[in-house]
Amino acid sequence: MWLVKIKVRLKKGVLDAQGKTTQQALLALGFHQVKEGRIGKLIELKLDGGSREEVEKEVRDMSQKLLANPVIEDFDYEIEAREE
Amino acid sequence: MKFGVVQFPGSNCDYDCYYAIKNILKAPVEMIWHKEKEHNLKGYDCIVLPGGFSYGDYLRVGAIARYSPIMTAVIDFALKGGLVLGICNGFQVLTEAKLLPGALIRNECLHFICRQQTIRVENIDTPFTKLYQKGQVLKIPIAHGEGCYYADEETISELENHHQILFRYCDARGEITREANPNGSLSNIAGICNRERNIVGLMPHPERAMEECLASLDGRLLFESIVIQLKQRQRRKFCPET
Repeated sequence: MWLVKIKVRLKKGVLDAQGKTTQQALLALGFHQVKEGRIGKLIELKLDGGSREEVEKEVRDMSQKLLANPVIEDFDYEIEAREE
Repeated sequence: MKFGVVQFPGSNCDYDCYYAIKNILKAPVEMIWHKEKEHNLKGYDCIVLPGGFSYGDYLRVGAIARYSPIMTAVIDFALKGGLVLGICNGFQVLTEAKLLPGALIRNECLHFICRQQTIRVENIDTPFTKLYQKGQVLKIPIAHGEGCYYADEETISELENHHQILFRYCDARGEITREANPNGSLSNIAGICNRERNIVGLMPHPERAMEECLASLDGRLLFESIVIQLKQRQRRKFCPET
């Protein structure tokens, strides 16, 4: 069993209204050191079987096809082996 | 001539479109359920992807609907030159399906905006806008949370160079200003088409501006343009020499 964590983020240069608003809320709370806020998604998937290389190929494929939109988003991922 | 309105789970402007086409335009129209994988859209001349919140806007707006069973047929239909109109969520689905360039992201102001909006007609050389006048200012409602049009600089200049921007947000006098832009869309883009001019996506809702009681009739000419185009196509089919 593999546990895959895929992080999807808006590309640099794409307006991140949620990130900006969250940063402003933090500033309003007195966290003056917050210079930027970016909000993305963490997607966790459990995959059955296959080698690490095969899982990696699948994950790249599913990220490009569905999980991230390459027009506005970048993704990266971690793959961990897990006991059943 | 026949229109088809695709229904995804979460579509909520499907009956608005159906009503507008059937009762106001008086044109034949049928609903098409998104699960109809084997549907080849034979006999249809224009497919409408309506507004709403398909699949609850989960993951990204339009991202799940884009892989709905019916979309294989819609993409095939579009690539063969069939007329496809995506309104609001339908526009989002068309960009996710790569039938139109760019993407729609969260409004700059973060609000869900639901109000009457003025837009300017930028190109009348398409089957969807031929009855308008260039520069005409229309009053059409908008209702969206993710309507901010984004594409990289290269794509925006391609859209400009090939006159693919059909509608821009403007003020009452038709000026394209920062203040008149409700959602932060690049170049005030409210609606675009593909290079071949048979696929259109727009955030405003023309189907909600077709009757006096709705305070604007400005959406009618969009649908009437389509009808005229389809009638001309039919005539050409039966009398190819004319």
